[in-house]
Amino acid sequence: MARKILAVDDSKTMRDMVTFTLRQAGFDVMEAADGQKALDAMNGSKFDLIITDINMPVMDGITLIKNVRTGTSHRGVPILILTTESDDAKKAAGKSAGATGWLVKPFNPDKLVELVNRVCP
Amino acid sequence: MSLTADQDTLAQFRKTYFEECTELLDALQSNLDLLTNGGADEETLHAIFRSVHSIKGGAGAFGFTALVCFSHVFESLLDAIRERKVEANPEVVGLLLRASDALTDIVNAARGGRTLAADFGADIAAMMEDALGSASEPGPASDAPIAAETKVPGEHRYQILFNPHAELLKKANEPLLLIRQLRRLGGLRVDVDTSRLPPLDRIEPEGAYLGWRFTLDTGVPKSVVHEVFEFVEDDCELTIEAERPATSVAAPEAAIAADDAELSVKPVELAAAAPSQSIRVDVDKVDRLVNLVGELVITQAMLTEQSSLLPPDQYTVLIQGIEALAQSARELQESVMAIRAQPVKSVFARMPRVVRDLAATLGKEVRIVTAGETTEIDKTVIEQLNDPLTHMIRNALDHGIEDPATRTAAGKARQGTIRLSAAQRSGRIIIEIADDGRGINREKVLAKAQQRGLVPAGAALSEEEIDNLIFLPAFSTADVVSNISGRGVGMDVVKRNVQALGGRISVQSRFGEGSRFTLSLPLTLAVLDGMVVSVAKETFIIPLTAIIESLRPRANDIHPVVGRGEVLALRGEYVPLIPLYRCFSISGAIKDPCRGIVIIVQSEHAGRIGVMVDDLIGQQQVVVKSLESNYGSVEGVGGATILGNGRVALILDIERLRIADQPASNPLAATGEAASIVSTVSREETHHAA
Amino acid sequence: MQPDHRSKTNTLGYDSLDRAAVGENTQQFITFTLGAEEYGIDIMVVREIKGWTATTMIPNAPAHVRGVINLRGVIVPIFDLRARFNMGLTVTTAMHVVIIVATGTRTIGLLVDTVSDIISVDPKAIRQVPELGLPAQDQFIDGLVALEDRMVTLVSLTGLFDSHVREPAARNVPDQTAATMAA
Repeated sequence: MARKILAVDDSKTMRDMVTFTLRQAGFDVMEAADGQKALDAMNGSKFDLIITDINMPVMDGITLIKNVRTGTSHRGVPILILTTESDDAKKAAGKSAGATGWLVKPFNPDKLVELVNRVCP
Repeated sequence: MSLTADQDTLAQFRKTYFEECTELLDALQSNLDLLTNGGADEETLHAIFRSVHSIKGGAGAFGFTALVCFSHVFESLLDAIRERKVEANPEVVGLLLRASDALTDIVNAARGGRTLAADFGADIAAMMEDALGSASEPGPASDAPIAAETKVPGEHRYQILFNPHAELLKKANEPLLLIRQLRRLGGLRVDVDTSRLPPLDRIEPEGAYLGWRFTLDTGVPKSVVHEVFEFVEDDCELTIEAERPATSVAAPEAAIAADDAELSVKPVELAAAAPSQSIRVDVDKVDRLVNLVGELVITQAMLTEQSSLLPPDQYTVLIQGIEALAQSARELQESVMAIRAQPVKSVFARMPRVVRDLAATLGKEVRIVTAGETTEIDKTVIEQLNDPLTHMIRNALDHGIEDPATRTAAGKARQGTIRLSAAQRSGRIIIEIADDGRGINREKVLAKAQQRGLVPAGAALSEEEIDNLIFLPAFSTADVVSNISGRGVGMDVVKRNVQALGGRISVQSRFGEGSRFTLSLPLTLAVLDGMVVSVAKETFIIPLTAIIESLRPRANDIHPVVGRGEVLALRGEYVPLIPLYRCFSISGAIKDPCRGIVIIVQSEHAGRIGVMVDDLIGQQQVVVKSLESNYGSVEGVGGATILGNGRVALILDIERLRIADQPASNPLAATGEAASIVSTVSREETHHAA
Repeated sequence: MQPDHRSKTNTLGYDSLDRAAVGENTQQFITFTLGAEEYGIDIMVVREIKGWTATTMIPNAPAHVRGVINLRGVIVPIFDLRARFNMGLTVTTAMHVVIIVATGTRTIGLLVDTVSDIISVDPKAIRQVPELGLPAQDQFIDGLVALEDRMVTLVSLTGLFDSHVREPAARNVPDQTAATMAA
């Protein structure tokens, strides 16, 4: 059964690229444009992995991670954050909020797939 | 090191990116206006930041360096402003507006593929850096250079101590996954430390009580080993110590001399330090590699067979070595197959366009639904799929799907649907094209066939046999004058194309409801687990996946059925008996089922059948070789293989075995291509007066 | 790699021929015998010549299809030319010869009695086959050529790839030509 991934990013381009890359690799991918929409999506479906950006309107990535980790439905699900190279503080914040791992933007598609397979086989 | 996206695959998103840039720049402008007018709040500042942040992110992905550099400075300033490190006074806001304009120009230049002057925007950038005050952050540049670690050639042994904390588990990191990753680096010995494990009633379900000690033999440098733990190092105790190079290798080393290749089994060496890249390789080189691997697998199978004859206690090391070889061979083969395999998506992706264009021309409303695009097929097969698939879809549109008025009158939805799907099943790739159109008019097809003398009058054909009449060559294409298909691509051409790929095509149809074409293609280098059986002096292979059981029947379990040969009573079910000697006209075989062996197999379309053979020889993994390449397709045979003794053995095609087993009196049992006798009646003609 | 001990494999590569002996406009043929008759086949399509070895039968195939063999990992069908010419089935012995021919997309083997020679022929000397009233053979014959003391019947390749073996189509399936061409 194909693994289900939730891709969260306010940039449509980013969402498209992540979705395309992961679909090509055989995963089912759903998208959300901000943290709140991501939570809504999680109410409706069960995901095997969440990939999220940090800077987003309405609810940012860090808050999203905190919500997921203290919630019930997706508490133990791996979460990957997409960070930019210079975002060290944000990366640290993401880690302490409960992120499983991270990937640096701009991402190499092969690396993304490899990473996803690593944390969500 | 900025990792730029693989240009080929992600270039398609450029358009999206630039569209998004337009929106982002517009939003940026509006928000900056708010800022100017004093109507901005904290959220506005965040929004302004995000606009530039997103533009920068995409720019990096597509390699627009000038854009990346400029937007980086811009973004840094905006970050500082929203964090209240820099005040947004009128002067600064003015600067932001000018930066925004410059950014727009740079984006537009990138969009149009133009290069701007090297110092474009440099003055504004400089001013932004001033505004940032102290040394601005280094531009989006190199990651910290990897500590120059010369990779010591040969094996290392690392002792790794790993004690995860509960935090690690809370973040959904899994020790098991880490262990698997370590295992991929080389020979791994795992020792678990359970000393901290409390009694069962005091265990917290989310606690972490286990620790591990790993001994890893690998050729990779320490940094690579460390990388396995990169996500979790804050949440565990971790020490990695390199010992002197290992003297013993974790997996048994066996030197096997095959014809040309000298093969020794070593732990896989992982070049994980290098970023993933792709290289272009000549298809011929890959072909040669694929062939060599095939040869290797054959030799290895032969060795395995031979080794099973040796007394285990005297040849322990050799036998173990051969087992390890078998494992490596299997993995090697999977890897090699993966090289040539690509998702069918590239071919499927062209079909919606075909549908749209043709539907418009024909005045029909049709949509296409695809599934299984990620199914992978050998690259060369994919390229050659385009023609037959396109033809079939055009045919479906032309002759299958009715015009909206006819459909509505028939109680169908106005819009017709074509469903295109791909899946892997039992070592073959199954591609289906289904439509909910007219279906095949069997009366007309049969009549036409009889008229052409391709089917004798009075012959009794099953529905499926009649349907498959449309594939007959020479029927054809001269008749299929479709104003759309032009030259009239008859189904016989499609069938030939498919067979040229080593595949099969068949059709199932319900008159009035639609048709489904099924293409069954072999994976180029397919390895099959097979059961080797003998009939007289001939040897055959039955795919293991199809076998349910094998038995020697008792006389009172066999019942003759008029016109259908014999059936075997098996736990309340009647399974048709197909003696292979009869199917294949082999003399000198055992004719009495009770003295032979009956193998019960499950076929996809024909239910369960009992294949009768003389004897079971044994199980073997075989490499599937094409019979079609140089000869052609044979009913009941799905390929060939080369046994350990160098002889060729044919692999049975369970699906077609019943068809191959037509009694000699049946006119359809001709020589050569037995059941592909069927006149090709143009579907147009048969659907004509629908 | 295949333990096919009895094969006498002889590869006639075009390059190994003595070009000096070949004139400008000559065509070369390898000649072989079926009984008392001598035939020739275009050397350009001949890949190798090997001894007869046991084949694996193909079910329900016409009589002239003697089965398939393993030629260095490629499955190659063997056609009994005598049978194809409707002159009866060849009674095979270890001395019989199989000529492996390839057209680029398809490789097959032709079972013949013996292989005799390589001849160089001026295309103008090739005579068209008169209507001999032997329909079964016409499609196989490209022409006749008279040598000093005998007639050689030139065999047609397209006639050999007939309806029992489907039309060769352009393909890139790896497991046939690659290994064969490595002869």
